[in-house]
Amino acid sequence: MTYAVPGVAAPIISNLELEIHRGETLVLLGESGCGKTTTLKLINRLLLPTAGAVLVEGRDTREWNAIELRRRTGYVIQEAGLFPHFTVERNVALVPALEGWGAARTSERVAEMLKLVGLRPEKFAGRLPRELSGGQRQRVGVARALAADPPLLVLDEPFGALDPLTRAALQQEFSALQKRLGKTVVFVTHDVREALLVATRIGLMHAGRLVLLDTPQNFLRSDEPRALAYRETLRLPEETAAALAQTLDARGDGV
Amino acid sequence: MNFFQFAARNWREILALAGEHLALVVKAMAIAVAVGLPTGIWLTRRTALKRPVLALAGVLQTVPSLALFGFLIPLSFIGGIGTRSAIVALVIYSLLPIIRNTVTGIEGVDRSVREAAVAMGMTDWQVLWQVELPLASPVILAGVRVATVISVGVATIAAAIGAGGLGTYIFRGLRQYDNNLILAGAIPAALLALAADAGLGLLESRLDVNKRRAGARGRGDARVRRAFWATLALVVALGLAFAVWRGGARRADVVVGSKDFTESVILGEVLAQTLEARGLRVERQFELGGNLPQDSLVAGKIDAYPEYTGTSLMAILKHPPSTDAHAVYEQVKREYAERFDVEVGPPLGFEDTFAILVRGDDARRLNLHTVSDAIPHAREWRAGFGQDFMSRADGYEGFAHAYDLRFAARPREMDLSLSYRALAGKEVDIIAGNSTDGMIATLNLVQLADDRHYFPPYEAVMLFRRQTLARLPVAREALQRLAGAITTEEMRELNYEVDGKKRAVADVVREWRERKGL
Repeated sequence: MTYAVPGVAAPIISNLELEIHRGETLVLLGESGCGKTTTLKLINRLLLPTAGAVLVEGRDTREWNAIELRRRTGYVIQEAGLFPHFTVERNVALVPALEGWGAARTSERVAEMLKLVGLRPEKFAGRLPRELSGGQRQRVGVARALAADPPLLVLDEPFGALDPLTRAALQQEFSALQKRLGKTVVFVTHDVREALLVATRIGLMHAGRLVLLDTPQNFLRSDEPRALAYRETLRLPEETAAALAQTLDARGDGV
Repeated sequence: MNFFQFAARNWREILALAGEHLALVVKAMAIAVAVGLPTGIWLTRRTALKRPVLALAGVLQTVPSLALFGFLIPLSFIGGIGTRSAIVALVIYSLLPIIRNTVTGIEGVDRSVREAAVAMGMTDWQVLWQVELPLASPVILAGVRVATVISVGVATIAAAIGAGGLGTYIFRGLRQYDNNLILAGAIPAALLALAADAGLGLLESRLDVNKRRAGARGRGDARVRRAFWATLALVVALGLAFAVWRGGARRADVVVGSKDFTESVILGEVLAQTLEARGLRVERQFELGGNLPQDSLVAGKIDAYPEYTGTSLMAILKHPPSTDAHAVYEQVKREYAERFDVEVGPPLGFEDTFAILVRGDDARRLNLHTVSDAIPHAREWRAGFGQDFMSRADGYEGFAHAYDLRFAARPREMDLSLSYRALAGKEVDIIAGNSTDGMIATLNLVQLADDRHYFPPYEAVMLFRRQTLARLPVAREALQRLAGAITTEEMRELNYEVDGKKRAVADVVREWRERKGL
């Protein structure tokens, strides 16, 4: 599959071949501008490929009704993209409201989702986004994405704008949450630690191409130059990296 | 009579004019929002057109308002005299701030918010109504607020084309040398502008997500926002409905116009009352500035207005000046019938020619009786002439040439009524007024005789559309009845009753008609 912008010489994504398994957390890792976000947008038909096809549940995104596809795809972005004029409750209730759920079912679901992401509904439901901390906003963003129980969740650097401590906490929680929910997740990040923590598979992208696609432990063992470069940034001695890989093996996170 | 006494005595009329003023502004804003808001939204979807459309709106806004009114008069569909042209002009001035702020407001919505909205599966329509417009509403409202304040100001000028409103007082006050009238127009207009600005400003801050007080609960805010959009929609709908309804209102049998000076208004009222006495329904479109009366008459917006033969000959038919009154009348009558299908009624009995005026004490001190007497003094004098006198074929150029006049400086061009005030206030020393003007007596001015017979005859006549006369035989009868009915002295007296004694035109004319047994 290829995505190119007319008039720009190099395609943003070229000949990307990628299969995402049901229930896995696939992390797309790469530096800025490598095509990660574009790949996400191709999944929920914010963009259409210029050559080739993107299949969701076996159906070409060209054939999907864009609105229906997007409502079946939970979407979380950096800075959450919450509606500043909606309360937390209305933000979380967005897709259910668009789908025409009843009031009782919606508010029950909103409370459930807020609890799920660790926010007390009675305290937070009536607040506006600007009355929340950055971490709380991201939690609401995740709750909103999950509200209509979409089978597929895509996250675009969801924790990128947070301070390191909050980010670490949310990464842990997300990882735990994902194990419980078993959604199919595509997670975009440029942070290799985050990738190792949440991924079942890591897709390493560079200049619009997929250069490596493997489990976190194999990613740590790979001698692909870009994977090596990422490993360097972890500043782990070789033996520790190998040990970490084995720990991951033992934990059975791999497919 | 001070301003407060005046206001106390005339508060009903002031309120009525303020109501007219407000109605003009509200209707114009309703249309401007109905046009500007969708245009702005559309431009955010067609970004290639943004620059040209905003540039066009910007150019429209730079057209001076009086010039814009002038352009609109001959356009019978959207223009004409009265409120319709005024509303169109106000709409044109309001479009730029509304369109620009709509575009700015929508484009100012955080990209991630818009992206999230689309990615959540909102349709274009839902993104617009639930995300973009609510978030852009403070900016859009700021545009409406600017446009409203501009409109309150521009609407005062609309009185020049018979649209009514508080400008009526301002123009009348300037003409009649009456500060109370000017204040009675200007103060309520300023208050209206301030009230609109403050009210919309308050609403604006209520709508702004970031300005609301912390801890305010969103549910109530959502209700405020819904109430705002509902109110806006209602105002727009009512304004449009009202505009359409008024557009289709029943027309009078005859629409009588007049120029924008007291004598013309009096003569218009004389004609109107004479027609009404014969059972006709008359609509008055008085106080039309510049070329509006002629343009409106030819365009069929008015049926009749008082004119002067000399003006018709030179300013309208563009012939050179002539001194034979009878020949001028016959020529004007013939050409008006041929070129405009307009009947020139019989002379009313007096002439209103340019009157070269100086202060009475100067005239006595320097023993001045004729314009020629003034020639030696002119070198030390400052002159102030109306726009009319400066620009017309029988005006300043030829006059200065005929008398070989040289002034200390180039004459100052000013509003005719202001020139009287400037002469009385010793800011200028010589002006060109009208020979029948009541102000001549009021301000103790002296007219210098035209001893070289430069000024052509200006016999007062009524101009009437021939089609209207053919339709209404009683109107023709009324026109004949006015032949020779008013002497120069009577006209000066009528002018003085209005300008000097500040009496209502309708009362003055009614008493005069009763005295004359018309």
